[in-house]
Amino acid sequence: MSAPTETPDTAKSAAGKAPTAATGTRIVRALGTGIPVYLLLAVLLLALLITDPGFYEPDSFLSFVKRAAPLVILAAGQYLVIVCGEFDLSVGAIVTAGVVVAAELYGSFPDAHWLVVTAILLVAGGLAGLISGLITTVLRVPSFITTLGMMLILEGAAFFWTGGSPQGVLPTAFRQLGRGTAFGWLPWAVVACLVAGTAAVLVMRSDFGRTLVATGDSDRAAALAGVRVIRVRTVAFILSGAAAALAAVLVGGFSGVSAQAGRGYEFEAITAVVLGGVVLGGGRGSVVAAMAGAFSLQALFTLLNLQGVSGALESTVQGVIVIAAVGLGAADWSRLRHRRTPPGSGPPDRTPPGTTHPTGTHNSGGTPS
Amino acid sequence: MTTVESAPAPSGPPPKQTSLSMKKALRSVRRSVDPVVGVWLAALAVTVLGWIVVTAQGGSFLTTANAVAILQNCVALGLVAVGQSAVILTGSLDLSVAYLISLGTLVAAETMASGGVVTAVIAVLALSVAVGLANGLIVTGLKVNAFIATLGMAFILRGWIEDNYTGPAGEVPVSFQRLGYDRIGPVPVSVFLLIAVAAVMWLITRRTRLGHHMYATGGDEHAARLSGVRTGRTVVIAHVLCSLCVGAAALFLAARLGAGAPWAGTEARYDLESIAAVVLGGTALAGGRGGVAGTLGGVFVLAVLDSVFNQLSVDPFFKNVVRGVVIIAAVAIYARPRRTPKAPKALKGGGSA
Repeated sequence: MSAPTETPDTAKSAAGKAPTAATGTRIVRALGTGIPVYLLLAVLLLALLITDPGFYEPDSFLSFVKRAAPLVILAAGQYLVIVCGEFDLSVGAIVTAGVVVAAELYGSFPDAHWLVVTAILLVAGGLAGLISGLITTVLRVPSFITTLGMMLILEGAAFFWTGGSPQGVLPTAFRQLGRGTAFGWLPWAVVACLVAGTAAVLVMRSDFGRTLVATGDSDRAAALAGVRVIRVRTVAFILSGAAAALAAVLVGGFSGVSAQAGRGYEFEAITAVVLGGVVLGGGRGSVVAAMAGAFSLQALFTLLNLQGVSGALESTVQGVIVIAAVGLGAADWSRLRHRRTPPGSGPPDRTPPGTTHPTGTHNSGGTPS
Repeated sequence: MTTVESAPAPSGPPPKQTSLSMKKALRSVRRSVDPVVGVWLAALAVTVLGWIVVTAQGGSFLTTANAVAILQNCVALGLVAVGQSAVILTGSLDLSVAYLISLGTLVAAETMASGGVVTAVIAVLALSVAVGLANGLIVTGLKVNAFIATLGMAFILRGWIEDNYTGPAGEVPVSFQRLGYDRIGPVPVSVFLLIAVAAVMWLITRRTRLGHHMYATGGDEHAARLSGVRTGRTVVIAHVLCSLCVGAAALFLAARLGAGAPWAGTEARYDLESIAAVVLGGTALAGGRGGVAGTLGGVFVLAVLDSVFNQLSVDPFFKNVVRGVVIIAAVAIYARPRRTPKAPKALKGGGSA
């Protein structure tokens, strides 16, 4: 989180080298795609420090991370889907449905162990992802439509099941993951966030992660290189669904049962991922940057709250900042793309000085050799 | 499962001929005859099926009143979806339509309460143009992905609405409410509005240079630019056209509601619904293929479904479930042969080589 200050130089020096990677260069390259978001995050955290000097007290900082946890987990899941070239609009509905289902489960089996319920939710989320994935890959329905339909189905089903107003109580044991703390100071949500984040990074470093990025870059090339595109994409959807279910457990822990539990989360997650420099359409960007995007978004919300921007105008400011941040990030991208594509394809509109070098563009896995 | 489709896979770099985009546009026109027929057949099938089911339940489906209600239901979503087709054809997307509708109804109603109807119409259309222009310029100038750009615009509009309005505002005079309620013979006036807007959009997309440029840009922006199409300008104009259609929808809804309402566009989820309707109508989400006629078919399918559910008094939440299934299933069935060669057959056929 503190690396960005020294990245540009190293990135530049690494630029000329071939992508045979020592770990160091690989990290730098991974940072390269997301430099705007790390800067944004640094700025926001700095602004938070100025606004509220107490922000970095361990307690309040941990509670900030805790509040960010669901979005970070959702962003990690969403990243997997986006980087292989698809969308998942159903995650918000999965969160809502997950909370409602948990309440209903406890309504029927008040003595169920929280681990069992959590496991059931994760499996159910994965199942929803599996269905979306299979429809998208096998039936070749655009994922935008598939997951939009899945969203309608899940929300409709959750409300239909509960007669329109979800009720019920989640027992304390279950809510522990969302609101409780380990050792008296470390919120479980932070632990869950760290675990999910580590898992996501490991996934992206594995062979599967490489094939995922390759698929997003060009599924045809990936298929010809032997990637089982259908399977890879479906697994990405399954992981996204499971991540959404985990977020549902956290959200249920925070705020209890509500019909609005997951509303808007799908767009927030996608926004976070794109803020992280991940290209919609797939093949570019790193999962760490995507999660940093989620943190940035949460930091932005917190900052707007602290600044007392009236609740209503908050979304206006959010919209402006998101567009501006992505626009700034995209300015670099477009320049790079112009350089790569044949000349004469449009004027280089904005050339901010001192921008970083095109290290990150051709990301790992894009070119199977 | 994967029978080989005869869609040519555009593998090599496109030859740099000026006529290429035109050819491409022409080809897509020829191809798009298919899904339009498909979607209207689907609409017919849904109607017949709904008729049978409703009649079996003891209701009466094919009455004049019901047919009129279905048409009336088409109007708002139809106007938005027609606009949405223009941006999607161009390879963009507009997620800000729902909040633009809400703001449009509010502006319309407030202006009508204080000034004249004409001023109000002009104000709403000017607002639409401004929003569309902003969307287009953000997408083309700042190179922000359309998804994020218009989503950000949606947030901006939402904040504006929530900051300034707490509930319904303004008042629409009876003279303007006639747009929502009057009929010519059995047909509501608003249907003519939809037909007029759709016809204009059809003419623009199919018969003008701008329209061909839109198809070319959506099909392959790079190739279009190399062929001399000002792709940026085309995208901006498409966004403006879309927003104008949305403004028309806002005016219609204001007439219908009799006042402006902050939830006018969001409650019905016009953003996602309109995209669903466009894709139902056989327009490729990636752009470059499809058209307004198909979109109208998609809207009609959704409206008929809605009517059937209402007649059967289906639980509104269950309605959403069925609707989700129908949208996915419909796209899976008939949009399938037309998927862009982006997801090639090699994936399944010889993929494991």
